[in-house]
Amino acid sequence: MKYAFYPGCVARGAAPELFASTIEVARRLGIELDYEPMRGASCTGAGVLQEKNQRLGDTLNARTFAMAEKAGLPLMVICSTCQGVMSQASKRFKDDPAYLAEINKDLAEEGLQYKGTVEPKHLLWAIIEDIGIDKLKAQVVKPLKGMKLAPFYGCYIVRPSAALGFAEHPEREDSLEQVIKAVGAEVVDFRGKTLCCGFPILTINQNNALKMVANHTLEAKGNGADAMVTPCPLCHLNLDGYQPAAAGLRKQPIDMPIIHLPQMLGMAMGIEPKALKLNKHLVSTKKLLSDLVLAP
Amino acid sequence: MDVTLNVKRYNPDAAKPASYNQEYRIDLEDGSSLLDGLIKVREEMDGTLALRCSCRSAICGSCAMRVNGRAVLACNTKMKDVMPKDGSPVKVEPAGNMGVVKDLIVNFDVFWGKIKAVKPWLQPEGPVPQGEYLAPNEAMLHLAGVMGCIMCGACVSDCTVLEVDKNFLGPAALAKAYRFVGDPRDAHEKDRLKDLTKYGGMWDCTRCMQCVQVCPKGVDPMGRIMKMRDKALAAGYNNTYGARHALAFTDLVRHGGHLDELRLPIKTFGIFNVKEMLKLAPIGMRSQMVGKVPPLFPKPIPGIQNVRRIFEKVEAKR
Repeated sequence: MKYAFYPGCVARGAAPELFASTIEVARRLGIELDYEPMRGASCTGAGVLQEKNQRLGDTLNARTFAMAEKAGLPLMVICSTCQGVMSQASKRFKDDPAYLAEINKDLAEEGLQYKGTVEPKHLLWAIIEDIGIDKLKAQVVKPLKGMKLAPFYGCYIVRPSAALGFAEHPEREDSLEQVIKAVGAEVVDFRGKTLCCGFPILTINQNNALKMVANHTLEAKGNGADAMVTPCPLCHLNLDGYQPAAAGLRKQPIDMPIIHLPQMLGMAMGIEPKALKLNKHLVSTKKLLSDLVLAP
Repeated sequence: MDVTLNVKRYNPDAAKPASYNQEYRIDLEDGSSLLDGLIKVREEMDGTLALRCSCRSAICGSCAMRVNGRAVLACNTKMKDVMPKDGSPVKVEPAGNMGVVKDLIVNFDVFWGKIKAVKPWLQPEGPVPQGEYLAPNEAMLHLAGVMGCIMCGACVSDCTVLEVDKNFLGPAALAKAYRFVGDPRDAHEKDRLKDLTKYGGMWDCTRCMQCVQVCPKGVDPMGRIMKMRDKALAAGYNNTYGARHALAFTDLVRHGGHLDELRLPIKTFGIFNVKEMLKLAPIGMRSQMVGKVPPLFPKPIPGIQNVRRIFEKVEAKR
């Protein structure tokens, strides 16, 4: 299946391992990622632009939607935050056609017009809804047996559920657990899985952001997780990058590897850890990988 | 309908007060609410179970509590909607982020203290009118939703910032603040905004949308906080890290079309802010050690002039 591919800023910036592992995994799942129509697409605004000027963020997202629509392709994202921000904008366009018509006036100069047909879809949802869990299972050559993985969704892919189509797609609610099970790993449930990682306030109130990192990683660890898996690169940046600082704050080691969704899929597909860039994490994934090698 | 409730209980008068869980198995009519179930337990099985409730119509705001980990009003939650598919018990706990008084009753003192802290009354200036202080309907419409708040505390219960920082004003108080910041009859919008930009105020919200999700009345507290951020920036309260972060982010997207992770914290803190620059050093070094550094000079996206034009056009409309 072919998608217009919107990788988002972080996969092309501070989390290149997300981009690399997505490309590897997509190929095996028969997903064709067409980046060409999205080459000129901008940042979604990540909720930050929206706090300054919501209409500005909405116009940029309408522009991105128009590009995918023009290419006649469904739109795929690989970031919970991109998903949520786009879904919220999409809902506003659907609820208020007059608003979209106003926004289209600002796109006209570029020769773009958004008709309202695009449903942005995260790789996580696409696997379940478009590709099929069975097709994923068929690609698993090295089931992650014995590996205990704690899901960590990222706020924007779970709330507000009214904008994310949970009523029409109830399977989205536990989508991450479904793919963890499909690759043969054990799901470690924990309260923090749908809570905030703290990334949005990292530069505003770092202490609070670090407390959130410590709470979630230690809770997952306490429940027996070997690693946490996330579809959100911003959560990854905070939970992985700032975990050493969070450990310092709590004065106890954490050592909880945070892996991106496609990295987990790739491990089960037998893709080389280097190709998945599992060596690019700040919290080492070495033990996780050696456990996998030693697994019966 | 056969239901098992697993209720988190706490009795302050016990010899050694500690919370514990107790299960109750009850038979209910199909359309019953969670509150119907709890009242049935209290009236027919265990008179010691303590809970607050009154109107049973989602208007008094008394019965907020957590069900299966999420804040709800017990009276407008259908039991069958919260019964886990696997047949496990419905988990009922007191609301979070407030101290438990007994069983499902929590202490609202801090909640009310924060509401009072935002001065939730009209502060008009000028001659006192003969009748009421009037405002045109259309100027008040945007406040209708926020005035629907019933002070149930569901948003406060599930606020992820309050969980780590008791100093945060929280979603209910900030939504209440917006109700007066946005009131055309109030003469103290700027003073209010200035106060709300301090530590614990609008910029400490992490935008997790828990409050938006759990509010039973559609108040959209986070949406109100975002509007206040916009108003604070427009009023020139630009020198907090929150404000600087929003402005730096906007500038970077205008310039390059995408997020520039390297420059965002530097622009937010200011390059001569030695304390913050030193705090950034460890993650910078660790990232470099694993060979993961964002591009030093990221290229603007193709067609950046179109993005910049949109910025100009849309910003000019404000």
